[in-house]
Order: sequence, then structure tokens, then C-alpha cells
Amino acid sequence: MIRGILIPLASGTIFGAGLALGGMTDPARVRGFLDLFGAWDPTLAFVMGGAVLVMAAAWLVQGKLLRPWFAEGFSLPDRSDITPRLVGGSALFGVGWGIAGLCPGPGFAALAIEPVSAAVFVAAMLAGMVVVRVIEGQA
Amino acid sequence: MSVLAISLPGFPDSTPVAGLAGGVLIGLAAALMLLGAGRIAGVSGIAARAFGIGAGSMPRRGAWAFLIGLPLGALIVTGMTGAAEPSFAGPAPLIIAGLIVGIGTRLGGGCTSGHGVCGMSRLSQRSLVATATFIATGIATVAIMNGLGIEVLL
Repeated sequence: MIRGILIPLASGTIFGAGLALGGMTDPARVRGFLDLFGAWDPTLAFVMGGAVLVMAAAWLVQGKLLRPWFAEGFSLPDRSDITPRLVGGSALFGVGWGIAGLCPGPGFAALAIEPVSAAVFVAAMLAGMVVVRVIEGQA
Repeated sequence: MSVLAISLPGFPDSTPVAGLAGGVLIGLAAALMLLGAGRIAGVSGIAARAFGIGAGSMPRRGAWAFLIGLPLGALIVTGMTGAAEPSFAGPAPLIIAGLIVGIGTRLGGGCTSGHGVCGMSRLSQRSLVATATFIATGIATVAIMNGLGIEVLL
């Protein structure tokens, strides 16, 4: 019961700390990375690289585990099909990411840094998620 | 803080040491979620789960705990390093961007954390395609906005 909260809380807190330390809660830095043809700021590549390296090691450990340390079993994605939905959705996401320099993680983390702006972004993002759900619910 | 402020030659705004340190923390956070709870630390999916928008097997209180941790961690870092002065977009671009990010991440099944960190490190084909796609359209979006002279950050 309690560990069902502690692990995600610890993970979220470390995640948020990493986002802030890496500068990802500053939209100017994120847009600077996407500004490849202008005043390019490669910092985000170091953030992504560091995270992917550590996580690659974690996947190696995961392969040797029968079950997670504090849960009954693994609940992981296993799809490998490339669909128009995957590509189209990711393309859209990139457009939104480029416009404001925010993606979901930094949006939540920035609630501690620039609360009003971050709340506006997060509320709109949740509304966008609801739109997808409503449309798909009718399909 | 001097080490964290080191920049790359030719890129005066870059902070590669701080970036790498932040990235390692993000990787450790995602590793804790994977090895501890057996789950992917994908923020868009966890947010959808917490707010009852998306289905999923993650207990909702766990999803909330993760989301609450995000600003908590950011608060701890800014408390230690001193608050930088970030530049955010105004309300209209924030709303437009937020809507598009919400729609896109649900359709695409993930964002920078789930696809970019957790999926790419696993060499998931879906995540490699998703990440290449959103970085490409992100770069195109910023290039087009700059070309049109559209400034959004205040």
C-alpha cells in the first residue's frame, strides 16, 4: 500500500530534480535545442544522452529480474508496430513542443518555478488529452 | 555552481555538465520506476492515468504521487542552485501548444520521457520512430516560427 506511493513519489521527485538541473524547465533552453538552424544549444542532447545511458543499464538489470523489487510484476509496453497514429501523434507532439518549448514532464515540474504559465500549459494539455478520448469514444 | 555553468566552445548558452547531471538523475528516476515498480516513467501516460483520461494498470494514487514529485524535485533543485529566470510563452501560445501536446502524446502513445528516455534506451522501434519524428517536427516548428519572425517567449 505505502510502497505503491513511495516508489512513484521518489521517482517523480528525482525526475523533477533532473529536469530542473538539466535546464529543461526553461523553455528557452528547450527551444534553443530545437533551433538547429539558429543559435543552437546542444544541452538537451546531454540531458537525453545521460538519461538514456542510465536507463539502458537499467534495462539490462531488468532482463535478469523475475519481478520488480517492490511490485508483483512488470507492466511494460510490448508493441512494435509502426502505425500512422504513432507517427502522426508524435509529429503533432513535436509541433506543440516547438511552439512553447514545453513537454509534459517539464510542464508539471515548472509548476514549482512559474506556476501560472505552467498551469495554463498543463490544463490545455489535459484538455487535449480529453479531446482524443472523446473523439475515440465516439468512434 | 561553477562546474554546472561550464559551456561548450562555440555554444556560450550551453551547460553540458548540468545537462548530463540532470540527465543521469532522470535516468535514475526512470530506472527506479522500472526496477522498483515494474513500470515505464512516461509522464504523458501517467498524467492521463492520474486524471482519469487514459486507461492503464497503474494505480491512480501512484500516478498522482509521481506527478506531485515532479514540481517537488524541481523546487528542491531551484532551492539549492538558486532560481534561474526562465522565459515562458504567453497564455495564447501556451494554450495552443498545450492542446497540441495533449492530443499528440495520446495519439503517439508517449512523449519525451516514455518514448525518448525509456523506449529509446530499450531500442524500441516504436520509440525510435516517435522520438525521431517529434524532434524533427520540433526543429521544423522552431525554424518556421523564426523564419516568420514569431517570438513567443516573454
